[in-house]
Amino acid sequence: MATHSLEHDLNQGDAWSGAKEPFKASYGKLMMWYFLLSDAFSFAGLLIAYGTLRFSVPSWPVPDFVFSTLPGGIHHAPLIFVTIMTFVLILSSVTMVRAVQEGHYNNKKGVIFWMLMTIIGGLGFLGCQAWEWTNLIATEHMTISTNPFGSHIEDGTYNVDEHGHPYAAGAVKESFTKGSSYIIHKVDDNWIQRSYTTASGETKVQQFGPKAFGGIFFFVTGFHGFHVFSGVAFLTIILLNVMSGLYEKRGNHYEMVEKIGLYWHFVDLVWVFVFLAFYLL
Amino acid sequence: MLSKEEGKKVLIKGLIILAIVTLLEVGLALLGKGYLIHGFTLPKSVMYLGMIIGSLYKAYFIVFEFMHMKYEVKGLSMSVLLPTLLLVWAIIAFLAEGNYWNDSRLNIVKKNNIGLENQSSKAEDVKSLENHH
Repeated sequence: MATHSLEHDLNQGDAWSGAKEPFKASYGKLMMWYFLLSDAFSFAGLLIAYGTLRFSVPSWPVPDFVFSTLPGGIHHAPLIFVTIMTFVLILSSVTMVRAVQEGHYNNKKGVIFWMLMTIIGGLGFLGCQAWEWTNLIATEHMTISTNPFGSHIEDGTYNVDEHGHPYAAGAVKESFTKGSSYIIHKVDDNWIQRSYTTASGETKVQQFGPKAFGGIFFFVTGFHGFHVFSGVAFLTIILLNVMSGLYEKRGNHYEMVEKIGLYWHFVDLVWVFVFLAFYLL
Repeated sequence: MLSKEEGKKVLIKGLIILAIVTLLEVGLALLGKGYLIHGFTLPKSVMYLGMIIGSLYKAYFIVFEFMHMKYEVKGLSMSVLLPTLLLVWAIIAFLAEGNYWNDSRLNIVKKNNIGLENQSSKAEDVKSLENHH
């Protein structure tokens, strides 16, 4: 009897022949979800490392001071550029949803158009990030081991101007309060660490900010940027396959577009938390 | 699955929700640092809480609406979502650890100071020494 029913199952294309999908999802989609879960743990590990490092030092660079530059030489625009970057990524996520929807209606032209829009959004985000990194590295001289962004630990008055020269006679000396941020400028390979006098009369010089900041910033945003980059690469490959009619032939409502869509939304999801940890908090 | 019209509606709703929540978060960050209204600073606790809730809501929206998690069977969504609860432990444990590193280093500096100068040091001095690395 047992043998008979097994044969019956096989013939009917049931569980043992793989016709029954666990969780009513295809193998590819299910594995994409589990890959994304493992990737979520990678990112969580990095972001938790960031939090741990930040908690382990007395002061940490203030994001709205560090990230306050816009292209075209605009300064003192806290968080504006990174907000634009976030919008670009959200928009590309929305166009991706459209591409998946058009796939369900078997509308090849729609899939092509909206995937193209998604790729442009991804490239736009990468372009923004390239500018941000260039500004931080080339203009503000932050590296993985040097962090020119510091915070004052006491009230005081500067003894020299921002170029490191003594004040002209009669000039008003710049003063600052505890907790305010500063950046140490680099001119001709020389760091200008301004000397200052504290309220109690001691003379000190500006110190560099916590070393870990540059390394963890470039690593985590770089890891996310690399995800965006590989997402753009896979989107391009799948777009070419859509154009060639490969998925049309498979007749499964462009499931491959749905799978890369899951990955693309995940990249957007990770950015929500990178944005929270590095730029907002 | 949704009809064509419903699908587009969800999409526009999603776009508006994500954009508004992001703007609110940035608004909170700027309010909390006293940028938006002159002479007014939002309490830090309100700022942090608002940002974290906003981000969690965005994450929920992306996973459930954009990634269609709400249309998957329960087993699939639970097997993906439940393991992330481990992160609650990880966040609490590691942040506490980071805080402990900070405390112990400050403590070492403080004790060295007492030994050298034979006087009690102020918290300010400890922090300034700490910044020298």
